[in-house]
Amino acid sequence: MSKHDFGFETRMLHAGQIPDPYIGARAVPIYQTTSYVFGDADEAAHLFELKQYGNIYSRISNPTTAVLEERIASLEGGTGAMAVASGMAAEFGTFMTLCSPGDEIVASSQLYGGSLTLLAHTAKKLSIKVTFVDPDDFEGWEKAITSRTRGLFVEIIGNPIGSIADLETLGEIARRHYVPLIVDSTFATPYLCRPIEWGATIVIHSATKFIGGHGTSIGGLVVDSGDFDFSGFPTIADPTASYHGLRFYDTFGHYGFLMKLRAETVRDTGACISPMNSFLLLQGLETLSLRMERHVTNAQKVAEFLAKHSKVAKVNYAGLPTHPHHDRAKKYLPKGPGAVFSFDLAPSKGDVRDAGKNFIEKLQLFSHLANVGDAKSLVIHPGSTTHQQLSDEEMIASGISAAMIRLSVGLETINDLLWDLDQALEVV
Amino acid sequence: MSIACDVRLNTRLSEEDRAKYQNGEVIQNLLATAKTIAIVGLSTEKTKASNMVGSYLQDEGYKVIPVHPKAEEILGVKCYPSLSAIPEKVDIVDVFRPASEIPGIVEEAIKIGAKAVWTQLRIINLEAASAAKEAGLEVVVDRCIKMEHGRYGGMLHWAGMNTEVISAQRRRNLGA
Ligand SMILES: Cc1ncc(COP(=O)(O)O)c(C=O)c1O
Repeated sequence: MSKHDFGFETRMLHAGQIPDPYIGARAVPIYQTTSYVFGDADEAAHLFELKQYGNIYSRISNPTTAVLEERIASLEGGTGAMAVASGMAAEFGTFMTLCSPGDEIVASSQLYGGSLTLLAHTAKKLSIKVTFVDPDDFEGWEKAITSRTRGLFVEIIGNPIGSIADLETLGEIARRHYVPLIVDSTFATPYLCRPIEWGATIVIHSATKFIGGHGTSIGGLVVDSGDFDFSGFPTIADPTASYHGLRFYDTFGHYGFLMKLRAETVRDTGACISPMNSFLLLQGLETLSLRMERHVTNAQKVAEFLAKHSKVAKVNYAGLPTHPHHDRAKKYLPKGPGAVFSFDLAPSKGDVRDAGKNFIEKLQLFSHLANVGDAKSLVIHPGSTTHQQLSDEEMIASGISAAMIRLSVGLETINDLLWDLDQALEVV
Repeated sequence: MSIACDVRLNTRLSEEDRAKYQNGEVIQNLLATAKTIAIVGLSTEKTKASNMVGSYLQDEGYKVIPVHPKAEEILGVKCYPSLSAIPEKVDIVDVFRPASEIPGIVEEAIKIGAKAVWTQLRIINLEAASAAKEAGLEVVVDRCIKMEHGRYGGMLHWAGMNTEVISAQRRRNLGA
């Protein structure tokens, strides 16, 4: 039989699921089970020693979740993946797997608010030091890296001002300093950009967003390229007390990081995904390319409409030629720079925050809520919600203004979206 | 019947050498027909990759014969100091020794009439591989025998690995 390269859409539907030999179910079966009966006592022991492939307990692995894991790994071009309870769990699990107390992460200052608080406050409790840098200050990245740095962390499309990370340059800096580049690719999905192709080692997704795509389930994904040499990384390379001196990198090679994440970090911290959520996220993944195409064409039209509107001061969408990262977006996200972006209302009489509130309350189709990446269009005011925990300086560093409104453009009829925005802007 | 797929990830071989030394059909055929696997460089340490691979192959029903210069017994079975010392027929010679030692191992594998030589991940000696092939042996280079067994049998997938296998046909069980 001749070999064949299967395309993205085919892998969206098939990667990770071969119909099983006993039943042949075509849809991905939902293995709603906590645990798995051992064949015999020896098999049980070998599973616990990581000598045998197989499932023990759904906190560690589950056959429905495994389909989601292999599928995202295939779409990202990674060696494998692990699915966890949420995007935050994916980030936390990654940092916990790479770092010991005293280790450091260098992170972009333009991140989702939850990622910022994880790094600025929670990581500190574990004595992990985080240095934040402007993602475009390449000298700043270089200067912030020390001998204890265990990773560089950036969002491909920055939240919420739509800056595009220069992945190739950051990948080159990471390689030179022998640290993995970790990219949160939530806003891009592998359909719009595959960070591993530009030098990323680890790709993280909040699958809650476009991958699930319908706002039904929280989930997170960690994908490893398998290309990084972790032999000098103490947490992955050194003997581990929890498996009788096993050295994850020596024994599992290109799969060392993911095995450590699964068999140690997530086993011990417990942020597993439910099989039902894995199933729902897979349902979303099956139509990813179709949805993303429409998301980006609608987003582009909405951005162009707002840019021309007299009540709008500024639109932060890299699909517009006026955006400072327009060319970079064309390089890394040629199909379109996602569907989440923000804009500033034009200055008006009175408090600009009130204007934002009035605008949001007048919208009829855009749902006011704290999520992005739903098939339905969404809106929020970051300053008083997702990023409200930030100090004024952190707000400025993240590029957020009081007048900023964030949209997640959905799949509705485009004229209806434009109509809705127009009628709500009238009240401003 | 074997599954058609092109496995590209996690190898240092060129596309041309992949076609020669990582042929999916050859691998599936080997794993389905082999009964006895001699492991050269099988470690006595339980957490080493070679020991885990040996233990796995035993679990999957293969007869594993350790080749070790000093050890008497590993994984509960008798060791031999060299391939030539093994008193029975060997199907696959699986190697966990540095690339520089492969020519000698290949020579012995040919001498004892082994069906195949398999060098594990990152153990690459293309000259020796080509000599083995010319002598009529099947050759696999820069792949892990445990992972390949798991890839085509469906178990590797449970660990969240990208197996690169795409098929809408019902899976058939791989033999041992
Ligand atoms: C870019 C980005 N990363 C990570 C997260 C966290 O993901 P989750 O809500 O699934 O924990 C979010 C959203 O909440 C996000 O927008």
